[in-house]
Amino acid sequence: MPNISRDEVAHLAKLARLAVTDDELDTFAGQLDTILSSVARVGEVAADDIPPTSHSVPLTNVFRADEVRQGLTQAEALAGAPAAEDGRFRVPRILGEEQ
Amino acid sequence: MTDLTRLTAAELAEKIRTKETSAVEVTQSHLDRINQVDSAVHAFLHIDTEGALGAARAVDDGIASGQPPASPLAGVPLALKDVLTTKGVPTTCGSKMLEGWVPPYDATVTARLRAAGVVILGKTNMDEFAMGSSTENSAYGPSRNPWDTDRIPGGSGGGSSTALAAFEAPLAIGTDTGGSIRQPGAVTGTVGVKPTYGGVSRYGLVAFSSSLDQAGPCARTVLDAALLHEVIGGHDPLDSTSIDAPVPPVVAAAREGASGDLTGVKIGVVTEFSGDGYQPGVLRSFEAAVETLRGMGAAIVEVSCPNFTYALPAYYLINPSECSSNLARFDAMRYGLRVDDDGTRSAEEVMAATREAGFGAEVKRRIMLGTYALSAGYYDAFYGQAQKVRTLITRDFDAAFGKVDVLVSPTTPTTAFKIGERVDDPMAMYLADLCTIPANLSGTPALSVPSGLSDEDGLPVGLQVMAPALQDQRMYRVAAAFEASQDGLVIDRVGELEVA
Amino acid sequence: MAYDEVLSRFDPVLGLEVHVELNTNTKMFCGCRNEFGGEPNTQVCPTCLGLPGSLPVLNAVAVESAMRIGLALNCEIAEWCRFARKNYFYPDMPKNFQTSQYDEPIAFDGYLDLELDDGEIVRVGIERAHMEEDTGKSLHVGGATGRIHGAEHSLLDYNRAGVPLIEIVTKTIEGTGARAPEVARAYVTALRDLLRALGVSDVRMDQGSLRCDANVSLKPLGRKEFGTRTETKNVNSLRSVERAVRYEMTRQGAVLAGGGEIVQETRHFQEADGSTSAGRRKETSEDYRYFPEPDLVPIAPSREWVEKLRGTLPEMPWERRKRIQADWSLSDAEFRDLVNAGAVELVASTVDAGASSAEARSWWVSYLTQQANNREVELAELPITPAQVARVISLVAEGKLTNKLARSVVDGVLAGEGEPDEVVDKRGLAVVSDDGALTAAVDEALAANPDIAEKIRGGKVAAAGKIVGDVMKATKGQADAKRVRELVIERCTV
Ligand SMILES: [Mg+2]
Ligand SMILES: [Zn+2]
Repeated sequence: MPNISRDEVAHLAKLARLAVTDDELDTFAGQLDTILSSVARVGEVAADDIPPTSHSVPLTNVFRADEVRQGLTQAEALAGAPAAEDGRFRVPRILGEEQ
Repeated sequence: MTDLTRLTAAELAEKIRTKETSAVEVTQSHLDRINQVDSAVHAFLHIDTEGALGAARAVDDGIASGQPPASPLAGVPLALKDVLTTKGVPTTCGSKMLEGWVPPYDATVTARLRAAGVVILGKTNMDEFAMGSSTENSAYGPSRNPWDTDRIPGGSGGGSSTALAAFEAPLAIGTDTGGSIRQPGAVTGTVGVKPTYGGVSRYGLVAFSSSLDQAGPCARTVLDAALLHEVIGGHDPLDSTSIDAPVPPVVAAAREGASGDLTGVKIGVVTEFSGDGYQPGVLRSFEAAVETLRGMGAAIVEVSCPNFTYALPAYYLINPSECSSNLARFDAMRYGLRVDDDGTRSAEEVMAATREAGFGAEVKRRIMLGTYALSAGYYDAFYGQAQKVRTLITRDFDAAFGKVDVLVSPTTPTTAFKIGERVDDPMAMYLADLCTIPANLSGTPALSVPSGLSDEDGLPVGLQVMAPALQDQRMYRVAAAFEASQDGLVIDRVGELEVA
Repeated sequence: MAYDEVLSRFDPVLGLEVHVELNTNTKMFCGCRNEFGGEPNTQVCPTCLGLPGSLPVLNAVAVESAMRIGLALNCEIAEWCRFARKNYFYPDMPKNFQTSQYDEPIAFDGYLDLELDDGEIVRVGIERAHMEEDTGKSLHVGGATGRIHGAEHSLLDYNRAGVPLIEIVTKTIEGTGARAPEVARAYVTALRDLLRALGVSDVRMDQGSLRCDANVSLKPLGRKEFGTRTETKNVNSLRSVERAVRYEMTRQGAVLAGGGEIVQETRHFQEADGSTSAGRRKETSEDYRYFPEPDLVPIAPSREWVEKLRGTLPEMPWERRKRIQADWSLSDAEFRDLVNAGAVELVASTVDAGASSAEARSWWVSYLTQQANNREVELAELPITPAQVARVISLVAEGKLTNKLARSVVDGVLAGEGEPDEVVDKRGLAVVSDDGALTAAVDEALAANPDIAEKIRGGKVAAAGKIVGDVMKATKGQADAKRVRELVIERCTV
């Protein structure tokens, strides 16, 4: 079934925020094609009337009381940051619009 | 005196409790062993000498002042898979992406180990973000199987299985998404348990595939695994998928099983787990194991689970899909690696460049695969259909457990393969988890116990025992009985490591 | 294009999406404080920072609030629903997916009735109300505007990340013609009043706890198919909702009349001139790759629970209005003035805080409405609370303030000088009621006017007016004139 093109791999890489190299585009195109062709076997199972399983525990209604719980200090929050400034995480300029 | 590193966790705890030795002495002997052999097997990514000795000292102080031990494993050293967060101790998940990251919080498993007085020696090597079956996908180099250092120790938890098999630690923690506890256990001659999904908290377990991931105990004996299971298991309000029920009585079951009597126990042999792709020596070991179980009084029946043949493809859709989303957070903004931030590039460019530089090939492959399977136009045929197959596999289990108490199979189709043998062939690599994946898809518990050595290569083979959800004790009983029937532990037959 | 001309050729079609921040104690999925303001990154934990290994646990009160909102909007409450992950990368979103409901909202298929200025009732259909989480906030540094474009770098604060949001989406609103902008505003107003009555949100548009996105399209009169719509974001006041819809109608009308095509895009509302401007074009169409959130289990509210919550619904704003009108003995016209001034709930809260309805009404519709107009904000957005107004009214009633002084106190509160009593102290506005001080002033005035003093002593009480006036002047109007008069007579009769 699948026949993954280089362009499709490039599109996936963009969605996944991966700056893949040209070499990788070729490698991944081949490997994804092989894997997808194999996993497409799930389609052989007649499952029209079968409900999907998203969770393997049959739990519902798990809630937390609306009570404040000790979090992190500002210093702890920022300790692992690649860059910080004025108590905030410093990041390069953002091009995209907020969604 | 006896070499403390050769003792079981239960024996060590007893000697520490009765002051025949001290937790510090036990810890130090394991740290010494690590210093001596880890260069040959590379089980550890980080060794926390000071933290370990501090924890051991606290246990000794408690005993000296007459306090009851915090748990039946107080003072026993443990190797923790580097996918669980440890406050103040680096957690890398085997990835360059998290090199140097020191979490500001403990995973629930970590916290429970500390509270139980278990001594955390350090963090073990793993396939990057737990993606792999050989530990070759670690950004920090592979671990090596103590049975043959040219071979893989399994994966993703190869560091934990190696630490046990190399006698660097009597206990370890692994995480099992598709077999990452059981398969390393099988190929190193150690015991690995994937508890019922929801039985052990996932809080602080760096998520790979959330609906499949489950942390569990690794040990050299079934009883040690059970003792560790009871320390880490149980309800955690910080994990919404944690089951609010008592931990199944696994220690009692392991002790009961050790009597070697399985009269009245019905064991199903899954017919789908044999045939092409199975190493003959593995199948022979499995058949012998089944005969042993029959000899202990168990009733053996063949059980068919027809949809298990679709488990592998369903798994390789669900797992990459969840992984593509879970790993989106590694974006160079809040923690971890950041590359190419030279003031000219945008946040978007820095994210993409960092993810490209920080992730290895297998991680990228799965992210792309999952992105594809979830994207508009493909969702129904891939992710959606895989979730339906998952329902069918669960129904197969339900039907089987309507007839038998536990199911058995080989844990892996082959013994440990050579390092490098499958790295360029993802599909071949994925086959290593053929038998272990169904239990992850259904959330049911499963364990691997050594069933001896394959007659053709002399390498360990694992027997997988699977039980219904929340009936973990059943597989402990069967595994303990099987272990008791053997002539000593398989792991005691491993050769001494050659250290350069 | 002139507004009338647009309407002579097109029918406007609206769709409104309102995001409401709940006023729970804690965030949606973690125990961090849910509070506006606060030092950056001090209300965070592993979960809302998206740290590796962290997991969400759903806030029970947020779920109840969502259901109560749904019930108040006449929605069905789902018997079973889940959260999903909406996957896209953005630096203010810690996990790079938003945990949100997608095809299984907790509440769906309801309606809200609204009353327009002239009393006409319009029913707006509610498509759904679903739960999700807010993002962090970015501060754009460098560049001229402090906005995203031209910035050199950005600074992120995740205090708001994970704050519980309810997104309320209307069905398409058609057939409102020229009144479309007014309907949009009336809808958001009615929704705000409803949410306030439910007590589930601060509903402060200026602080972002109520945010409206307006979808607008035009279809040629008589045609069935909808035109291409735009989504205008950043509409942060009731007035802006009306302006934004009106602007988009005229802009789209001009484009279509000129033979152009409307581009489906996000537009930004410019507060300064009431226009909208195009956002950055997306290179690729969005593909959010939604899938059920594996870290949270399904929500299956029992019908008993739903009915119990239905029983906690407060009097609805429209019912309340009917009752209030009767309680305050107002004519329809008087009451509509109050409604149109956006003052009903404010007056009611002021009354609840102890003031008489006449006094409360007078303050809100005259002096405070004037202040709101001067500042070009909604009455409700004035930085003064009903409790503060009630306090001022009681200070007047107690004789501690004159009406003139009271206005000065209100000015002080509006200027951020603190509570009414603090303003009285800081500005030195209290009526001089200390008899000692007053007596001294009276004696002084009598001494300065011996002839008048003599007249009063002789029984000509009417002559006291001049002395009272002098004392009031001397105390800069802060004395109680009645008491001064009493003192003057007292001093002259001893
Ligand atoms: Mg939304
Ligand atoms: Zn938090």
